[in-house]
Amino acid sequence: MLLMDSSTKISFNRCIRDGDLVIVYERHDTMKAVKVCENSVLQNRFGVFKHSDWIGKPFGSKVFSNKGGFVYLLAPTPELWTLVLSHRTQILYIADISFVIMYLEVVPGCLVLESGTGSGSLTTSFARAVSPMGHVYTFDFHEQRAVSAREDFERTGISTLVTVGVRDIQGDGFPDQFSGLADSVFLDLPQPWLAIPSARNMLKQDGTLCSFSPCIEQVQRSCETLRSDFTDIRTLEILLRTYEVREWKMDHSKVDDGNSTACPPRKRRQPSSEASVGDNASSPAVMARPSAETRGHTGYLTFARKCVS
Amino acid sequence: MSENKPESGPTVNPRVTWEGCSVLLDINDGDRLVFARLSAGSTLKIGNKTFSLQPLIGCPFGSLFQVESGKEKPYLSRFIPPTEENNVQDEGGCQLQEESRDNRAIIDNNQAQSLTGDDIDAMRREGATGNEIVEALIANSATFDKKTQFSQEKYRLKKQKKYAPRVLLRRPFSRSICEAYFKKYPARIGFLRVDALSLLLSMANVTANSDVLVLDMVGGLVIGAVAERLGGTGSVCNTYLGGKPYPMEIIRMFNFNNEICKRVLRCSVNDLCAVQNETSEQVSQHEDVCTMESQSDEKISLSVSTEEVHLSSKNGVSDLVPENELSTTGKTCKTPKAGEKAPKEAIQSWKENGFSSLIIAAPEQDAWSLVKDLLPLLTYSAPFAIYHQYLQPLATCMNNLQLEKMAIGLQLSEPWLREYQVLPSRTHPCMQMSGSGGYILSGTRAYSNTSQS
Repeated sequence: MLLMDSSTKISFNRCIRDGDLVIVYERHDTMKAVKVCENSVLQNRFGVFKHSDWIGKPFGSKVFSNKGGFVYLLAPTPELWTLVLSHRTQILYIADISFVIMYLEVVPGCLVLESGTGSGSLTTSFARAVSPMGHVYTFDFHEQRAVSAREDFERTGISTLVTVGVRDIQGDGFPDQFSGLADSVFLDLPQPWLAIPSARNMLKQDGTLCSFSPCIEQVQRSCETLRSDFTDIRTLEILLRTYEVREWKMDHSKVDDGNSTACPPRKRRQPSSEASVGDNASSPAVMARPSAETRGHTGYLTFARKCVS
Repeated sequence: MSENKPESGPTVNPRVTWEGCSVLLDINDGDRLVFARLSAGSTLKIGNKTFSLQPLIGCPFGSLFQVESGKEKPYLSRFIPPTEENNVQDEGGCQLQEESRDNRAIIDNNQAQSLTGDDIDAMRREGATGNEIVEALIANSATFDKKTQFSQEKYRLKKQKKYAPRVLLRRPFSRSICEAYFKKYPARIGFLRVDALSLLLSMANVTANSDVLVLDMVGGLVIGAVAERLGGTGSVCNTYLGGKPYPMEIIRMFNFNNEICKRVLRCSVNDLCAVQNETSEQVSQHEDVCTMESQSDEKISLSVSTEEVHLSSKNGVSDLVPENELSTTGKTCKTPKAGEKAPKEAIQSWKENGFSSLIIAAPEQDAWSLVKDLLPLLTYSAPFAIYHQYLQPLATCMNNLQLEKMAIGLQLSEPWLREYQVLPSRTHPCMQMSGSGGYILSGTRAYSNTSQS
């Protein structure tokens, strides 16, 4: 997924090889991660796809099934991975992830501490942000989840950038070996205030911290604890609103009774082929409206900087 | 752990200031934001007094300074807030349940304070510190004791900001630079809010060792943010219509070392789209021709003429607040230049391999006409993200991309951001909020039967 070696170009340009991880794109809301295997097949509603047909084609190619249906094979990115990974826990999505990375000021070379690892959604984006010289140390107190996360990071090719530890950060804090070395700390814990004193010890001066909590009571308690050694404490929430787009043909022809009827919206795929001449012409308009369903809340993001002494 | 030498390879952004570095000064907790370049002669004006910025050189980012009255004139001195202050606030929080005061008897007739302006000036001349003045004001206020706990805190804070202003030394980073501009001069960055900027970087998969194509008409903010994420690897191609690159003055605020600056290259759209076998002479001829053509170029017919804003003015110092001018004396500090013309090898390499992602931030242009030409320059499976202030151009662009089958995974989104005030018994969303951070169209370039490879 990521390139460590600066002498080689980004992997999107190369061809799919046996053993690669690809993202099979059926529709914008139907995707899955598949490991390419010479003798395997993929079966879905469009038919049977032979992996051997995929090998040697570039990423982004359209591939066909025995029934003539098709899918696209995309190169994995942290964004696509977040949408296809298996949820062992509730995960963070792109809006929160991208904001956290920017607000924590994570750049190549940074050392980031994270707890809990969960399903590794955010971890994958952290790895991208610190690559190639930095490192992410992530901790989860659940042994099985830590193992699954390690497997995922191997699969996506980021295991040289991420180290997963099994540890109860709320109870034991972060390991002493990182004292004063962390550029950023991220907490997604039920009782983050218990981990804040340890986070303070881990951070460099002016280092950044973020705590993600679904409940406002957790936020209040965290902020109280932060006030002793942190400054620039800010709590925000971010949501993403999506829009649907349609081509709508409005009939402009004059009707005697004064009514003008609008044609019902047509599917986007048909290009409008009517001649647009004269007063009776209909002009296609592209209209956008917010999607009816949207997320109402994910969690509050509380950021802070370690005071400079 | 702190690195003082910014030139040493692609390292983490240094945490201690040095002579000549660019800083962001936060005066009175966000009330005023000023960009400055630290040198022996640089100064800052607060109220009607001018302060030297020399004490800030060699201090860690995140240091706080307070105005102190010196023997000759007031100066900025390093200040560490005592932890007792914070404890007092917490105690105040606990006592809230027993708060019996309210404001029913307080009349706002401007007569509560018995100290006059002359009294205060006299105190200043005798060398009273800012904090002492604040305490004196509190002692001489007839209504102070009648106020509630919260009201007293608010009063104290207000007086402290006026008589003992504080300056926080901040690192210029894409986050702080974007927030500062969005607050003070949002039009210069096309109303690109920090969460929208962060989405652009994620959706376009900006990472080390990638070749990112950027069309930035927001002062260089996006280019700077991309270069920051590349960390001295890969490349950013700053592209532009016509023959002249767009203004990029914001890049200078980032404190980029040589390694990072080297990676920011520029190349016009025409040169990128030109036939592969052209020699460099033909390429530069193109540029001259394009300068003339750009005036009548159909592609930019929708653009409103935005004023060319050059923020960096006097002697390498720029100010977000025009009424308070920063002045520097003497030499301009040498900063490595980003945005050099892309060498032939780079252009060749981009054409052979394709760019790994595309970001467009042209809030006054028509999105489709730009995307039409730039998308074919990406490899297949490369993601792209387009920012616009208005919804309609992106809706049209999205529709066209689908009709032409040029992209998949298309999504048109609008980020929503709200901040909260979190204080004991006073937690609620902030009263003020940004109404819009713009819109983003994202997707992935897909192989289509009609596209040329």
